[in-house]
Amino acid sequence: MGPNLLANYGEAVSMILFCIGFANLLLQKNLIKKIIGLNIMDSGTYMFLAEKGYIEGRVAPIITDGVQSVEAYINPIPSGLVLTGIVVSVSVTALMLSLTVRLYRRYHTLNLDEISLRLKKEGL
Amino acid sequence: MDFVCNFPAISILMSLFSGIISSGLKQRAARMLNSILLLTVIALNATAFVYTLGTGQSFVYVMGKFPAPWGNEIRAGVLETMMATVFSLIMLLSLLGGEKKLHDEVEEDKIFLYYVLNDLLLSSLLALIYTNDIFTAYVFIEINTIAACGLIMIRQNGRTIEASVRYMIMSLLGSGMILLSICLLYDITGHLLMSNIKEEVISLYAGGNYSVPLTVAISLICVGLAIKSALFPFHSWLPDAYGYSTVSSAAILSSLVSKGYIFLLIKIFYRVIGLDIIRNSKIINVLFVFGLAGMIFGSLSAMKEGDIRRMIAFSSVAQIGYIYMGFGLGTEVGMIASVFHILTHAATKSLLFISAIGLTEVSGGSRHFNEVTGAGFRNVIAGIGFTVGSLSMVGLPAFAGFISKILFAQAALNNVRKMLPVLIVLGISTILNAIYFLKTVLRIYTPVETSYYKPLLIKDQKLYSVVIIMFVIINFILGLLSGSITNWITLGLEMFA
Repeated sequence: MGPNLLANYGEAVSMILFCIGFANLLLQKNLIKKIIGLNIMDSGTYMFLAEKGYIEGRVAPIITDGVQSVEAYINPIPSGLVLTGIVVSVSVTALMLSLTVRLYRRYHTLNLDEISLRLKKEGL
Repeated sequence: MDFVCNFPAISILMSLFSGIISSGLKQRAARMLNSILLLTVIALNATAFVYTLGTGQSFVYVMGKFPAPWGNEIRAGVLETMMATVFSLIMLLSLLGGEKKLHDEVEEDKIFLYYVLNDLLLSSLLALIYTNDIFTAYVFIEINTIAACGLIMIRQNGRTIEASVRYMIMSLLGSGMILLSICLLYDITGHLLMSNIKEEVISLYAGGNYSVPLTVAISLICVGLAIKSALFPFHSWLPDAYGYSTVSSAAILSSLVSKGYIFLLIKIFYRVIGLDIIRNSKIINVLFVFGLAGMIFGSLSAMKEGDIRRMIAFSSVAQIGYIYMGFGLGTEVGMIASVFHILTHAATKSLLFISAIGLTEVSGGSRHFNEVTGAGFRNVIAGIGFTVGSLSMVGLPAFAGFISKILFAQAALNNVRKMLPVLIVLGISTILNAIYFLKTVLRIYTPVETSYYKPLLIKDQKLYSVVIIMFVIINFILGLLSGSITNWITLGLEMFA
């Protein structure tokens, strides 16, 4: 396992990032920190995809100097998936931030637990 | 290829574009467009359903110019077209039934946005039902989440915003896991189309290669979709989201949005991983245990609730538990029972939400049990709707709920090890259901001497009455024609693989 881990250090790092982000999104009380966690988690996944999609010594599949051999290029789909994923996570982050702004304007705090407590007191 | 094969793709694109067009329309026009869209989608999908029933096999529709291993495609069989028809029908009825309330609860100049969100939600649901590409499914999962979040927070008060934040957080945890699982599957199989992934997965499994990544991918995608569909214990956001949003949203969220994810999970079981590998992977045992726990704890929470809307919301947790319990049995019969329960729950829960709003309306807008006493006399049609929905949830014969309970019980008999827990929990859960639903039914039919609240006659709420009657008819159709419906489900699941 040791040498494998060392050879695939990119994947290992991205998984660690994913776990850090996941834990932050789940456990942080502060909404902004939660959103930061979300972004770390997504970045971890994209790094994993990018790492898996790249092969040392090959280039993006745009034909240069007439080289047509498959061996010269990498698969473009993982990069495409990363781009799509980034678009999704940007829109989700924007939505989360706008919700956070609304909550802050109403309750003047970013702590989700405190907001819930106050809602219970309001008894709405 | 017959012309009918275009219909699934047309209905997805139509709803997507209606959403875009509606964002520039006035309120009335947006509403008209939405109703026309839903009627057209129902007609198109019903035609496709009849067509697939006639040909007896599913068809593949290639999106774009690239053929199978590279391109994106749609696959439709009996089950997909049936689900799409039922989902759009229920969405139409829920929107019509909650329309009056929408004007009270949402600012007048924002109502057109509600229809934009609904169009987008419809397109993402249809795409989740039809797509044969797992990454497309991920993208539409996110669209679905965003649209659902909008549906919760369109009614602006502290509770709904907090509920939508909680909903988003749970959903994002789920989608993170789903995305990671898709990446892992793509890495070990090299495909994104579901059928191609399955071929590779079967050969990998037979060769014993990559067994750890495969197990991790399966468990991540199952847990991710379970979080998104609010399986116990991931339901903390649910009561607030369903209880305080506007009533059409509550009906749509509980009966359609969570079901879209569950349908995708069934598709992944059959078409991506294969039922045999799922059965051997032990992940269904986890789903089974949480499903059973959800059946009990959802009902217990519903019993403690003093608020009629939140009670119905907690009952959803229990019903989602039933569906996952059916998956957990790991047999074909269990799957059929779960799919039938998806239909039952979709039809019944939206009926309950819509009729509950009629009852609270004649009780001064209060949702607490003391206030709704005698509401069944003040609003007759809502009382009838609520009673039918409750009896169906409890599982009285001739109602839809009875059939799903009997199917679950029959499915349990096929599985020796899991038979006893299923039957015991099914019994307990039925009793708990009966306690809290019949308690409410008795309360709405308890006569009150002097009522402060004015009764609402049927002729003052024609549209609402028609909607309730339609829902009741759907319930009876599910209950009385269950034989042919289960046949279609069986046929559809065979076409799935």
